[in-house]
Amino acid sequence: MDAEISLTVDGVQRTVTVDTRTTLLDALRERLGVTNPKKGCDHGQCGSCTVLLDGRRHLTCLSLAVANDGAEVTTAGGLRGSGGGLHPVQQAFLDQDGYQCGYCTPGQVCSAVGVLDEIEQGHVSHVSDDLEADPELTDDEIRERMSGNLCRCGAYVGILGAVKQAAAAGSGSGSGGGAA
Amino acid sequence: MTANEVTPDPLRSTASIGTSLLRRDGVEKVTGDATYAVEHPVTGPAGEPPLHAWLVTSTVARGRVAAVDATAALAHPGVVSVLDHTSAPRLADTSDAELAILQADAIAFRGQIVAVVLAETSESAREGAALVHVEQEAEPHASIFEEDSPTYAPEQVNGGSETDTLDGEPDEALARALVTVDATYTTPHEHNNPMEPHAATALWDGEQLTLHDSTQGPRPVRGTLAPMLGLEEEQVRVLAPYVGGGFGSKGLPHAPEMAVALAAMTVPGQPVRLAVTRQQMFALTGYRPPTRSHVRLGAHPDGRLEALRDDAVTQSSRVKEFAEQAAVPARVMYAAPHRATTHRVAELDVPVPSWMRAPGEMPGMYAQEVAVDELALHAGLDPVELRVRNEPDVDPDTGNPWGNRRLVECLRRGAERFGWADRPTEARATVDGEWWVGTGVAASTYPMLWMPGNVARIRSLDGGRYAVAIAATDIGTGARTVLTQIAADALGCPPEAIDLDMADSDLPFGSVAGGSSGTTSWGTAIVAAAQQFRADHGEHPDPGVETTAASGQYADMDGHALHSFGAVFCEARVHRYTGEVRVPRLLGVYSVGRVVNPRTARSQLLGGLVMGLSAALHEEGWRDPRTGHVVTQDLATYHVAAHADVQQLEAGWLDDVDELSTPMGSRGIGEIGIVGTAAAVANATYHATGVRVRDLPLTADRFLE
Repeated sequence: MDAEISLTVDGVQRTVTVDTRTTLLDALRERLGVTNPKKGCDHGQCGSCTVLLDGRRHLTCLSLAVANDGAEVTTAGGLRGSGGGLHPVQQAFLDQDGYQCGYCTPGQVCSAVGVLDEIEQGHVSHVSDDLEADPELTDDEIRERMSGNLCRCGAYVGILGAVKQAAAAGSGSGSGGGAA
Repeated sequence: MTANEVTPDPLRSTASIGTSLLRRDGVEKVTGDATYAVEHPVTGPAGEPPLHAWLVTSTVARGRVAAVDATAALAHPGVVSVLDHTSAPRLADTSDAELAILQADAIAFRGQIVAVVLAETSESAREGAALVHVEQEAEPHASIFEEDSPTYAPEQVNGGSETDTLDGEPDEALARALVTVDATYTTPHEHNNPMEPHAATALWDGEQLTLHDSTQGPRPVRGTLAPMLGLEEEQVRVLAPYVGGGFGSKGLPHAPEMAVALAAMTVPGQPVRLAVTRQQMFALTGYRPPTRSHVRLGAHPDGRLEALRDDAVTQSSRVKEFAEQAAVPARVMYAAPHRATTHRVAELDVPVPSWMRAPGEMPGMYAQEVAVDELALHAGLDPVELRVRNEPDVDPDTGNPWGNRRLVECLRRGAERFGWADRPTEARATVDGEWWVGTGVAASTYPMLWMPGNVARIRSLDGGRYAVAIAATDIGTGARTVLTQIAADALGCPPEAIDLDMADSDLPFGSVAGGSSGTTSWGTAIVAAAQQFRADHGEHPDPGVETTAASGQYADMDGHALHSFGAVFCEARVHRYTGEVRVPRLLGVYSVGRVVNPRTARSQLLGGLVMGLSAALHEEGWRDPRTGHVVTQDLATYHVAAHADVQQLEAGWLDDVDELSTPMGSRGIGEIGIVGTAAAVANATYHATGVRVRDLPLTADRFLE
């Protein structure tokens, strides 16, 4: 069965006909030709398909497209500024060499943007010592919060450095894929 | 056209080599604009959109396909066709049984391709595959590698090494030895699991097959598939501009590439996309077979080895032989006058094993480096000192002088940087709260490998620029960047003046990105072509002139033993009550020749250490003995290292120039980082707890009373 939905993808309003079985990831990749989010497992186990959905990081392989009619999706491709310049998180991944093959990278980048925003909003994690206080962006907090994004190339040291660099540059929220 | 063979001189300039040039493909990767195998917007000549292929696989481990009933599948909206062994195009050559799919009714393992569904959408293809009814006749099978599995001696082992070696009288010497180790070490099924599942987009226009493939070697894929398909090599074009990791699993073509090629040939003019699912990868894309290494060491009371035996048994497939060379590293590591190494293989009804990062060295050095740690304990010696005492003057295997063996410096440098001297001698000596704490060391090694046949083309462009072409691939290693640096220095121009064209089988021959041989082999060819270009056209060439040269053998492999070495130091913490293992510190120090790009090289070494850590802590594939099914066939049950597993992780290297190996002075670095790492972790957990674990992975249950 087909259904028509509308999505705002990287700032552009799109209307697309999907099968009701189509995941949000496949709607982006196979129906709209937006291949910035990658498919690594299709089961929510690797994080390669992470985008910002209505401002929060989200695994698009675990969502049906029809359940997201009207949603705002920001992929790594849409994090660039209006002039096409890289988002500070993307620049930090380049500077810190936080990637090798590049396949998990768009998801890592979106996830990192989400992590910095979650920290700013005071969300605690499994490794936060004090559940009442605002969490600090320690190395362990970053490692824990980025652990939903697997990197088989093992570029974790560079990814950690990239998140720290971006945090130091004060690039957590508001840019590109900020909350709707 | 046959290019002249040129053996290059060492590079005169190293202005770009040694600098941390940013990756040339970084912007495409951090934005997601880089297009992988099923992301190319390929359409047919009249704009036909791609069809989606889905694999139907066997559910018995051995037997035959009695019938394929596609009625329900074909009735499903969007399904176009179903191929099986009765309807798929016939291959011209079926001698490679792994690749000769859909040609006969035999089932040789669970997960084998028995049908392919083509549909207009991926949803229809997946549902269609579920609706194909495959009637299978099951036969008795043996799919579990056991201690008493029947074995045989292969003619040779992976990499072309001898199956067995014997020097002196090891058994007699072991019987006489005063300090001994006699233990068996095992490694489990390990699955490469690159983040991009194997995938391809194929288009057959009636004359030409174009394959956008996720491969470590476009030319090897072309060279393998073309004759099987009854085509000339020139009729097949393979492109792989971006490859989402491989770690060996994309080094050789596997059955899915043949499936998509066959499917495309049934629908001329219409592209076909095939994305292997993560689950299917566990049966169809190669894996590291389990190994069992019986290691016996005999030493003098001062720790000097007198005798060494490494008898390695591994598992292969009845479909195609793959003999993991697990005992090969024992031939080069330590001096012992009496030595024997053997390989035996158990042939089972299982998928075909293949290359996984450092085949042979990874499991073999795990066994040996834990055994050496045990020997140090028995001899009452520091494990670093024991290794230093067993340093061979020449290569024990060939008798050749070493090209550049600096293992002792790696050990000494690493020990100093790690603070090794502070460790207590005794195991189970340090408690920190609820954790036992310990440290361990292991050596690593990897041979310098050079692949013959590489050809590079240099063409002058306007404005002092140069086009450099070779069918090399960058699977995340940084090859696109380091080959640019090598070309720049070989031509004496800045890297910005190089236009590098690669990852296309229409380009001059490039060998596989495997065996840590890529930069070595492609780089040598680029230097050869650049030097010949200067000889042909001078320092100020007119735009448009070009030179193509084939690489002669630069590396002095016949005169010297050329290997890289390293030392890995680990701190491990083992929870006293749960057995959980954590690794707060991991350090590798390597001798790998000159480092072409410190930024990408560090990432390669760190990535190898992470994969070794992952093998130490997590990785273990399980096969159901009743069905031959890999039950751990996803990333929720086959665990790989996640970010939180990695804490303080460092890699360093010695200042090195190896002019015997390459004109760049470099050796390969893709694999050595994984070698020895799991042993260092195991040795650290022993030091922490006093519990000696000889079987990977080091799961929590191993440390509980």
